[in-house]
Amino acid sequence: MNPLILKILAQRVALSLLLLFLVSILIFLGTQILPGDVAQSILGRSATPQALENLRQELGLNQPAHTRYLNWLGGVLRGDLGTSLTNGRDIAQAIGQRLGNTLFLAGCAAIIAVPLAIFLGLISVLYRNRWPDKLISGLSLAAISVPEFLIGYVLMFYFGVMLGWAPSVSMVTEGMPFLARLQAIALPVAVLVLVVLAHMMRMTRAAILNVMQSAYIETAELKGLGMFRIIWRHAFPNAIAPVVNVVMLNLAYLVVGVVVVEVVFVYPGMGQFLVDHVAKRDVPVVQACGLIFASVYILLNMVADIVAIIANPRLRHPK
Amino acid sequence: MTEPLLKIRDLRIDATVYPPGEAAREIQIVKGVDLDLQRGKVLGLIGESGAGKSTIGLAAMAYGRGGVRITGGQVLVNGRDVLTLRDSGLRRLRGNEVTYVSQSAAASFNPSRRILEQVTEAAILHGKFTRQQAQARAIDLFGKLGLPDPERIGQRYPHQVSGGQLQRCMTALALCPEPDLVVFDEPTTALDVTTQIDVLKAIKDVIALTGVAALYITHDLAVVAQVADDIMVLRHGEMVEHGATDQIINAPRQDYTRALVSVREIRHDEQPPTPTPVLSVDGISARYSGMHDDVLSDINVALSPGQTLAIVGESGSGKSTLARVITGLLPPRSGRIGFDGHDLTPAQRQRPRQDLRQLQMIYQMADVAMNPRQTVETIIGRPLQFYFGLKGRQRRDRVVALLDQIEMGADFLDRYPAELSGGQKQRVCIARALAAEPKLIICDEVTSALDPLVADGILKLLLQLQKDRQVAYLFITHDLATVRAISDSIAVMHRGKVVRYGPKSQVLSPPFDDYTDLLLSSVPEMRPGWLEQVVAHRRIEAGGE
Repeated sequence: MNPLILKILAQRVALSLLLLFLVSILIFLGTQILPGDVAQSILGRSATPQALENLRQELGLNQPAHTRYLNWLGGVLRGDLGTSLTNGRDIAQAIGQRLGNTLFLAGCAAIIAVPLAIFLGLISVLYRNRWPDKLISGLSLAAISVPEFLIGYVLMFYFGVMLGWAPSVSMVTEGMPFLARLQAIALPVAVLVLVVLAHMMRMTRAAILNVMQSAYIETAELKGLGMFRIIWRHAFPNAIAPVVNVVMLNLAYLVVGVVVVEVVFVYPGMGQFLVDHVAKRDVPVVQACGLIFASVYILLNMVADIVAIIANPRLRHPK
Repeated sequence: MTEPLLKIRDLRIDATVYPPGEAAREIQIVKGVDLDLQRGKVLGLIGESGAGKSTIGLAAMAYGRGGVRITGGQVLVNGRDVLTLRDSGLRRLRGNEVTYVSQSAAASFNPSRRILEQVTEAAILHGKFTRQQAQARAIDLFGKLGLPDPERIGQRYPHQVSGGQLQRCMTALALCPEPDLVVFDEPTTALDVTTQIDVLKAIKDVIALTGVAALYITHDLAVVAQVADDIMVLRHGEMVEHGATDQIINAPRQDYTRALVSVREIRHDEQPPTPTPVLSVDGISARYSGMHDDVLSDINVALSPGQTLAIVGESGSGKSTLARVITGLLPPRSGRIGFDGHDLTPAQRQRPRQDLRQLQMIYQMADVAMNPRQTVETIIGRPLQFYFGLKGRQRRDRVVALLDQIEMGADFLDRYPAELSGGQKQRVCIARALAAEPKLIICDEVTSALDPLVADGILKLLLQLQKDRQVAYLFITHDLATVRAISDSIAVMHRGKVVRYGPKSQVLSPPFDDYTDLLLSSVPEMRPGWLEQVVAHRRIEAGGE
């Protein structure tokens, strides 16, 4: 590591933190302008003015917005996400378990989808404009065009109900053995893989094809190298930055966009949790979920930038 | 006579071109060329752009760039027709029997892999050497090519070495697998003149040391005269003349070859400076924002009306930056620019229209200096309308008059830039600059992208126009032959400073300062043996100090 890279990386991390801070303000403001009164919605229409006033006092709703924001932010920094309005439980505790489940599901999907997408991208370049390329493009485009809930139900019907290969409802519980867990999430993982595959595959293909125009690829061809070696050893290393970027966007989508798939398969993750609490207008929970999703996006994009910086030989090995 | 290493018979190569607004069509790039190359010999292929020389070179590797297709003939390497080879046969040929050195090593090295790895890759993959043997050979070649620290330079990445060094690494890359034939495709064209000489010598020495045969492709007859045993002159895909180097240089048989040899025989007699200059640059220093060093420091030059001041220097010397300062694109940090009796406002945006009109510019790349979707009439007519308010009939007449002056004529009014040749494009750019009736035209490397004969035509035109219209030129170039041909006074720039400045006769006469001496002695001369003389002379000087 040289000082230049460290400086750029430090800047990038600092920028991410700043961005996260701004997002936290946005989320807080966003939930403030929602119509309705939290105290009213907790106590219901029949509450007396006195009871409403007491509850507002208790929840700190009478304080000015910036004080409430700072209190909330202070809590978040200490790991205290507040308590749920609807059931009075500690949000951090409730989310912790759910987030773990979601990351497990998204992680499994990523472990399959990322290498597969890059491999298919390489194959597409190798057989550019011939049938394997067209087949891969066609199938992956078809997969991305169909909404994920529809794919979910189709897979559930064939593999869950007709063939009985995997459970159609992905319930996981604490203390479940690892293999059983894997089997339980097989179908949602398959859906997620199909959804994110096309985008990453096509980006890999485009990025490598772009590099294939370079003079150094001609050099490699004139060295008498085989096509696969040219693509893998000479083109791919120079296409890493754009590929990582799109991979990270898709990983972020996996974590955040998993909501629908989780609901379809009744999987106890963040998505289901969020949907439940939005329906009940449980503002602290929505804020916490929003903050977590935003962090995931910012974090993964930061990782993409860092990888792109490190993959650049000019920065890694300055003159 | 023994069987030649490379034997080409009736080679025909086509390409698909896509002219704007027309259907794609086939053109012949190479029209039946025959060629023999014996082991250990160097054949120079010379011609202007479009002569098909690179295409023939690549055909020796059975390779066609872009939409190029080899449609007929035979290319025999070691007695085997490589045009009939399929995938695995081609792979054994390329990077093994025949290797390639391209014009731009900077683009031809993979930026993300170490040099040594790329240099040894083909030799290892073709099973010629083990990794250790290949690396030892590469290091040996680095040494023979005069690279500094041959043991360790291979551990670097391409961006960590200079352009001249990288071009030598590329030569090592081509020689590492012990090929029978190396195709050198303009290997020194992109280098500065002072760097070119060392690389050329290194290439020549290593060819002699390894006894490899070579096709040496270039447009510069003086360069090829230094390295080739024989020379083949090509034009429009056909052979014009083929003979020993001496014969081609000293006793060319064909008119076209004679024209190539006698190119650059323009004479322009130096005018004495007048008391009131049209342009005076006084104490200009400038730097780009965010940089800590001056790109220009304390520049003082002046240019008399109707004369030519040549700014000469290598890439990075600051000569184009000086043009940016004068045109107001880069306001200087200090100093003043006097123009036609008054001071110019530093920033271009704040200059009065009169100043903008009287100071025009012509660029190196005529292609990108014109809107591809405008006709010649619109391009040349624009300044007429902008500065003089000419319209319709009047404007058209003026454009035709200008076209006559650049020796093109009214036929070209409705043409688009893509329908013009390189020289014609540059002429249109000249006409556009003239349309504003300027007092000064800044010419930034205007002939560098052109073939020698075309460039000659442009220079002659510029001189004629100067005589007729008393326009002054600030002529920026790295080419000393051009400077000699057209200038009245010369400023030699080196690392942002003017190291030598004065009337042409004075600047080009001894005693020289070190840098001007280096620059002048580096210009290739069209006689075999020149390279050795210069290099020997430099060794003696270096030894004497």
